[in-house]
Amino acid sequence: MAGAPQTLFDKVWRSHEVSPESADRPAVLYVDLHLIHEVTSPQAFAVLRERGLNVRRPERTLATMDHSTPTLTAQVFGGAPIALDAARRQVRELEANCAAFGVELLGLTHSDRGIVHIIGPELGLTQPGKTIVCGDSHTSTHGALGALAFGIGTTEVGHVLATQCLLQRKPRTLAVNLSGELRAGVTAKDLILAVIGRLGVSGGTGHVIEYRGDTIRALDMDERMTVCNMSIEAGARAGMIAPDETTYRYLEGRPRAPRGEAWERALEAWRALPTDALARFDREVELDAAAVEPMITYGTNPGMVIPIGGAIPQRCGDAAFSQALAYMGLAPGEPIRDRPVNVVFLGSCTNARLSDLRSAARLLRGRRIAPGLRMLVVPGSQQVKRQAEAEGLDRVFLEAGAEWRESGCSMCLGMNGDVVGRGEYAVSTSNRNFEGRQGSGARTLLASPLTAAACAVRGRVTDPRELM
Amino acid sequence: MPLEPFTVLTSRTVVLPGANIDTDQIIPARFLTTTTRAGLGRHLFADWRYRPDGTARSDFVLNRPEAHGCRILVAGRNFGCGSSREHAPWALADYGFRAVISTELADIFSSNCLKNGLLPVTVDEPTSAWLIEHPGAQVTLDVHACTLTLPHGAAVPFPLEAFARHCLLRGLDELRGLDELDYLLERRNEIETFERRA
Repeated sequence: MAGAPQTLFDKVWRSHEVSPESADRPAVLYVDLHLIHEVTSPQAFAVLRERGLNVRRPERTLATMDHSTPTLTAQVFGGAPIALDAARRQVRELEANCAAFGVELLGLTHSDRGIVHIIGPELGLTQPGKTIVCGDSHTSTHGALGALAFGIGTTEVGHVLATQCLLQRKPRTLAVNLSGELRAGVTAKDLILAVIGRLGVSGGTGHVIEYRGDTIRALDMDERMTVCNMSIEAGARAGMIAPDETTYRYLEGRPRAPRGEAWERALEAWRALPTDALARFDREVELDAAAVEPMITYGTNPGMVIPIGGAIPQRCGDAAFSQALAYMGLAPGEPIRDRPVNVVFLGSCTNARLSDLRSAARLLRGRRIAPGLRMLVVPGSQQVKRQAEAEGLDRVFLEAGAEWRESGCSMCLGMNGDVVGRGEYAVSTSNRNFEGRQGSGARTLLASPLTAAACAVRGRVTDPRELM
Repeated sequence: MPLEPFTVLTSRTVVLPGANIDTDQIIPARFLTTTTRAGLGRHLFADWRYRPDGTARSDFVLNRPEAHGCRILVAGRNFGCGSSREHAPWALADYGFRAVISTELADIFSSNCLKNGLLPVTVDEPTSAWLIEHPGAQVTLDVHACTLTLPHGAAVPFPLEAFARHCLLRGLDELRGLDELDYLLERRNEIETFERRA
């Protein structure tokens, strides 16, 4: 069919328009998959109850619990109550809501439970060309498989539950073109931190990013998910990567992926999704991936990032910058290397997939974490946990002196009992270094799993290449 | 939840000049364990408003007497970046704010504001700079005209998505409740047609 050349985003958007936007009305956009969790759904179910509405398509909705849930085995599987009353209430309420409205729930003790953005792809529910939403800004993760996936607020969670649709204005498109081979010791996390450093924390606002180029094509699915996950940290609601053989190999045979003839039909449709050769983006940005170093943040947003061997920049007369450094207890012009570290957190929807754990374990094998340092390793899902244990990774972490937990968001956001103490420095593989994100007064340095492991061994900010 | 129609708002401003004030500052995650929308105003900017022992920090702008009764928050660039938590606008609205003005507002935050009768206003650099330099200025926001009127009389236009503007002006009628959800529910036939086609 001849037509104007389209981007991957255009194709997914257009095929989900129940009605297109006009000057006075936003588009009505159909949602293929709605993921819900315990923190941003209770008030949405309350609206359904107030108005006497049902969930329109329960089979397109999947619930799990991850944000406020504990990661200590006894609190998850019994033996000890959930320490936080409020979390216990949210867990019970999600169970009751799912039962009342007929929504499938991967509950606290379910073997497929995990961080919502890890289990979607893992189960094969996240597929190219789908529209996927969730009341969580890191929903952008699912774009790694060629889906249009973005975070929504709780009112919109209610809209999707009741109508399977959202009112949306069409965003603009931004191509981030990445070329060159990543150096040894440089990971997908370093790549996306470098991209955010370039775009700034609002550089992607109003846009959907498509990550393109030979660097992206060479990444495996776990790495692509790390890249798309942090799109929101550049202000973009969604990040996408065109599906290719890597995507199809990843999906084939997953429990909820299409099978047999349905798989063949799906493949045919997916192969038509990549951006057409002559399609235009509203904006394009280029980055030489071969020049990217291991990166680490020094401030209170993910755009405040430098190569690990670099010095903290100086920005005279910028009050917010000075406030950020004061919060972090760091000074302009100082190197970040060798700064003492109190806590290392290996986890989150950004970096808690099996390959992340393998990467950190490779560096930790036969080593111990520094005396006095606390390291928490939190697999992204119960499935990742079982796979890691089958490979003996749990023993590597435990023998190194780290804690090995049940899956969940854990220390990424300090609302489930796992927190970093006031004034402490945490090197974290998560996605946000905002003030207080990991606990009141906590100071977060974002880095890759490899860098986090190196920092754990030395007890100081360390370039992982020194230990490889 | 019924919302008053939003037509014209005149108020003094409170100013938080810093750029990139994120949703974790607006309301830290530890207050997200609630299962209702009510009462979050007391946790607004909790880590800036209170010391670890819970006492108020007298140097934080919201704790100063002149902030009392202000309905308009003026903030630095990219206010509301970060998470999708609607608890951020819930906390702002519960505290008493009805509008946020910045040069740039994060996408999800802005969308969430509109669903809660909180007007997200983006203005140009010079207007923002003037507002930041004049905390407490009495300004008027007109949703009909989409203008911000400064004390010296200048009316600055601001963008507002047409349907969101329509919903703000109508408010939510308790009986009829025309809002986005009703609009979507009325599209039932189109949605069914789409589902059959897909």
